[in-house]
Amino acid sequence: MLLNQFLLLSAVLFSIGVYGVLARRNGVLVLMSIELILNAVNINLVAFAAFTGTIGGEVFALFVIAVAAAEVGVGLAMVLLLYRSSRTIDLTTVDRLRG
Amino acid sequence: MDRLSGGDVLVAQNVAFAIMAITMVASALRMVTTRNVVHAALYLVIVLAGVAGIFILLGAEFLGVTQIMVYIGAIVVLFLFGIMLTKGSFGDDDGVTGERRLMAGLVGFLPCGGTLFDDAELSRSGPSTTADIADSIFSTYIVPFEAVSVLLLAALIGAIVVARKD
Repeated sequence: MLLNQFLLLSAVLFSIGVYGVLARRNGVLVLMSIELILNAVNINLVAFAAFTGTIGGEVFALFVIAVAAAEVGVGLAMVLLLYRSSRTIDLTTVDRLRG
Repeated sequence: MDRLSGGDVLVAQNVAFAIMAITMVASALRMVTTRNVVHAALYLVIVLAGVAGIFILLGAEFLGVTQIMVYIGAIVVLFLFGIMLTKGSFGDDDGVTGERRLMAGLVGFLPCGGTLFDDAELSRSGPSTTADIADSIFSTYIVPFEAVSVLLLAALIGAIVVARKD
């Protein structure tokens, strides 16, 4: 196995995730796309850990998983709050802070 | 494993990688383009399972199992609850304008252009064991580990406070 194939897969998944964050309007779908981005990063970390034969990348990927879990919890709570206050989770309509 | 020669294992690894990679990319594309949010969550499950398979392929079996337990077991269920509780937008998310989609596609696929590396063979140092990861976490990375535990507590309390109905 080459390192390149994992990096390429990771870059493609990352790009699809960025597209999802930018193009979708549903708040839950944007959070899902962020998960896709974080998973692409994890593939990179583990691939480089296997490439260099060290363990640091895998440990860092574990930390990323933990932080992603925390991020999803808070993010979904905010989406729920948004739905409760404005009956929609369409992110293009959320401009109440606009001056 | 010992009955297979090294070349056979390498071919099998590459075939497994190809199957998982194609499945993951196709599912990820469907996830960001499907109109049904529930279907998007189910496509996300396929991608996450593929990532777990990639981890196991790379010899990180503890990470693969953690990926399945944390992501597929917990986070996807959280997403499904989020979709269910915001059911005013249940079926559909009617996309975006063509102009915005074009810009997002351009920006999103820009990073793909930067992936021109020299071929680098992965070292065959053998898979890392779970014990190695545990030793590393509880010695070298003890401070980030404690910080992550505090972060999880803060996120838990924060999510409850934000989502509480009062």
